[in-house]
Amino acid sequence: MTTAGTVTGTPPAVWLGRINPVAQIVAILAIAVTALATIDLLTPAVLVAAELALLPAAGLFQPRALLAKTWPLLLSAAGVAWVNLLFSASGGWDWTGSAALALRVIAVALPGVLFVASTDPVRVADALTVHWKVSTRFAYGALAAIRLAPLLVLEWQAIRLARRARGVDAGRNPIAAIRLFGGAAFALLVAAIRRGSRLALAMDARGFDATAGSTERTNARGSVLRSRDHLYVAGAVLLCATTTAVSVATGLWHPVFSS
Amino acid sequence: MRVGAGPAAVDVVGFGFRYSGRPEWAVRDMDVRIEPGERILLTGASGSGKSTLLTAMAGLLGPDSGDARGAVRVDGRTAVQARDRIGILFQDPESQLVMSQAGDDVAFGLENRGAPAGEIWPRVRAALDAVGFGYPLDRSTHALSGGEKQRLVLAGAMVAEPGLLLLDEPTSQLDPDGAELVRAAVARILADRGTTLVLIDHEASPWLPLIDRVLEVQFGSTQGRPESGRAGVLELAPRWRPTVPVLPPRPSAQSRSNGTQGLLRPIGSTQGVLYSNGEDPLLRAAGAGYSYRADTAARPALALTDVELTAGQVTAITGPNGSGKSTLGLLLAGLKAPTVGRIVASPKLAGRLGDRPPHRWRARDLVHRIGTVFQNPEHQFLTGRVRDELSLGPLRAGAGDRAAHDRAEELLQRLGLHAYADANPFTLSGGQQRRLSVATSLATRPSVLVLDEPTFGQDPVTWAELIGLLAEARDAGTAVCLISHDARLVDGFADQELRLTSGVDHRQTAGFTGPGATETPRSSDDQLGRNPTK
Repeated sequence: MTTAGTVTGTPPAVWLGRINPVAQIVAILAIAVTALATIDLLTPAVLVAAELALLPAAGLFQPRALLAKTWPLLLSAAGVAWVNLLFSASGGWDWTGSAALALRVIAVALPGVLFVASTDPVRVADALTVHWKVSTRFAYGALAAIRLAPLLVLEWQAIRLARRARGVDAGRNPIAAIRLFGGAAFALLVAAIRRGSRLALAMDARGFDATAGSTERTNARGSVLRSRDHLYVAGAVLLCATTTAVSVATGLWHPVFSS
Repeated sequence: MRVGAGPAAVDVVGFGFRYSGRPEWAVRDMDVRIEPGERILLTGASGSGKSTLLTAMAGLLGPDSGDARGAVRVDGRTAVQARDRIGILFQDPESQLVMSQAGDDVAFGLENRGAPAGEIWPRVRAALDAVGFGYPLDRSTHALSGGEKQRLVLAGAMVAEPGLLLLDEPTSQLDPDGAELVRAAVARILADRGTTLVLIDHEASPWLPLIDRVLEVQFGSTQGRPESGRAGVLELAPRWRPTVPVLPPRPSAQSRSNGTQGLLRPIGSTQGVLYSNGEDPLLRAAGAGYSYRADTAARPALALTDVELTAGQVTAITGPNGSGKSTLGLLLAGLKAPTVGRIVASPKLAGRLGDRPPHRWRARDLVHRIGTVFQNPEHQFLTGRVRDELSLGPLRAGAGDRAAHDRAEELLQRLGLHAYADANPFTLSGGQQRRLSVATSLATRPSVLVLDEPTFGQDPVTWAELIGLLAEARDAGTAVCLISHDARLVDGFADQELRLTSGVDHRQTAGFTGPGATETPRSSDDQLGRNPTK
C-alpha cells in the first residue's frame, strides 16, 4: 500500500482487513445472535470487551477517530438506556437493566463499525460473489454506487450554495426551511439518477451487462479463505459459546422472549 | 493478440434513430464507411446528433432506447453484437470509474468479458503502460487529477484490445494540462494503426494532426432549428479547420503595464475610461483563506489571498486544480465564510448592509449585489420553466411582478431563447443551459458577477455568445470575476489575472505589489463610498 494518507484513498492494511470479509460477516452474525438472545449484563459486557480489544486491529487507535465513527452508536445506546431508566416496569431506577440494554446495542453494532473501518468494499464484493455466489451485477453495481457517494456530498453542497446564490433562503421560517430542503433533496436525487445512468452506460460499454448472457464473469483479485479466516470464525464462535455458558452457569442468563 | 484483433471497419447504412417518447428523429439518413485503422473527427452543430451516432457505433442504443432504421455495422456484425470489439470514452471521468484502485478499475472490463484470471494483470499493466499512466496498480482513483482519471478510463477501454475506439468529448471537462495528457495518451495508442478512431471534441484543433478525415453530421430533425432540408453525414474538405470565435473589442485603450506585479498580472488596465473618478474596488479579499475543519493541519484549501474586484473590470483567477480557485470564488460570492482573513464589500456595494460581511447577508440582499454562476448549470435551476427561472432572481430581490416579467422577456430576447420560454430548463441543450445560467445571474443586475469555468465544454458558438453577454455586463459597470482554465478567455478578455499556486501565501509573497497590497490602506472614507445604491 503506497497511498496511505490520501483523502479517501486506500484503507490502510490493518490486521482485521486481512480477514476474509465472509469470515468477518459470519463472526458478526454469531456475536449479534449471542447478544440479542439474552438481556443480562454479563454477556454484552464480555462481548464489548472483546470488541474493544480488536479496535487496534481495525486501525482505530486514536480516540478522536474512534469517536467520529461511533458517536451515533453511543448516542443511540445512551438513548435506549435513558428511555429504559425512565419507563422501566418495576417503577424504580433499574440501573443494571439499562446498562445491559445500552451494552447490548453497542455489542451488536460495534462489529459493524470495525468491519467498515477495516475492510475495502472491493474485497467484500469479491468475497460475496466468489464464496456466496451473490449476483455480480448487484455486488459490483453497489460498489460503483459507493464510489459515487463522496461525489454526491460535493453535489449536495453545490446545490445548497446555488440556492442561496439565486436569492433563495429560508431565513428564520421553519416551513420555508423544510420546503427549501425538500427542493434541494429533489435536485440531488435528479443529479444522482443522471450520474448513475451515465455510470451504468459506461459500465455496460465495458461489458458489464454481458454477464447476463453467455460469458461467466471472472475475478482478477480472487478471494481465498485461509486458515486464519477459519480460526477467526472459530474464535468468535468460541467466545460466544463461552460467554453464554458462563452466563447460564452463574444464573444470570435471561432469554429475551421469557418474562 | 487474440482472435479477431486488429482495426475494425464501420459501416453506417441508412441509419436513423428516434429516442423513445420523442416525436423527432435525432439522426436520420446516415451513410458512411470508415476503413480499418482510419482516424475520424466527427463534427456538427450543437444538437446535430453527433453523440447519438457515436453511441450507436458503440452498440449502446438497444431496442429499448428507441426506434432505429438502417444499421450500424462493425466488421460486418451489428454494433450491439460487436460490443466486445468496441471501446468508448465519455466526457466525465467520475461517471466512468467503478473501482477504488487504479488496477482494479482497468481489470473490470476484462473480468466482465470472462478473461482468465491469470491473464488479467499482465494485460492491465500493458494497458496502463500504453496510456502512460505512471502510478502503481493500487493507486487510489480518488487521488488522481481529472486528466489522470481520464487516462485511466482510457486504459480500461484499451485493455480489451478494441478494434474501434470511440471518444465522446474526452477532454471537455478537463483543464488544459489534463486535456494534453489525454491527447498524448490517445496518440500513443493509435501510433501502430491497430485501432480505428472516431472522435467528437469541441476543442478540435489540437486533435487535427492525428485525424485522417473530418465528417460533419447534419441535422436529422427539425428540433430547435428551422427545417434544413438536409440530413446525413457530409465529408469535409481535407483542409477543414474549426472556426475560432472572435472576442469582443476592449472598451479602453491598451495601456499595458510592463512586467508582472507579483502574482497579480495586469493584462492591459482600463485606467481613466470607465472609472476615471478613481473608484475603490467593489469587493476585495483581504488575506482571506480557507481550511476544512477536519484537517487544519493539512494544506489549506485556499492559502491567504488578496484580490480586488473593480467595477467595469474583468478579473481572472487561474491556477492548477487544487489551488483553491473555486474556493476563492465561493468566498467572493458570499457563499462561504473565510476561515481566516476577510471579504470586504465597499459601502457602495453593501449599501444599507453596512459592515456585515457578504457571507452573512440574506440571500435576497445578496442576489442583486453579487451574482454567481456555478460550474454545473443544473445545480442552480429552481423552477420548471425558462421564463420563471429568469424572473425568479428579480422577484426574490424585491422587484414587482411587472418589472420581473419585463426583465425576463428582455433576457429571453437577448439570448435567443424565446422559443423555449415555457420549456423546462433541464430539457435545454448544454450550451443553452449555460447561457441561461449566466442570464439568471444577470437578471438582478448584480454589481459583481463571479463565474466558475463559464466556458467549460462549450462549442465556439456558445463560447462567443457567453463572452458577448459578459462584455455587456462589464461595459455596464459590473465587476466580473472569472475562475477559468481557458487561456483564450483569460488572455483575450481579462483585465487582470490572479494566478493561484497550491499552498503558496498569495498575500505575503515577496515582490507582491498588486492592488491588494497597495490599496489596503485606502479605505472606505472615500467620499464616493458614501453613496449607497438603492
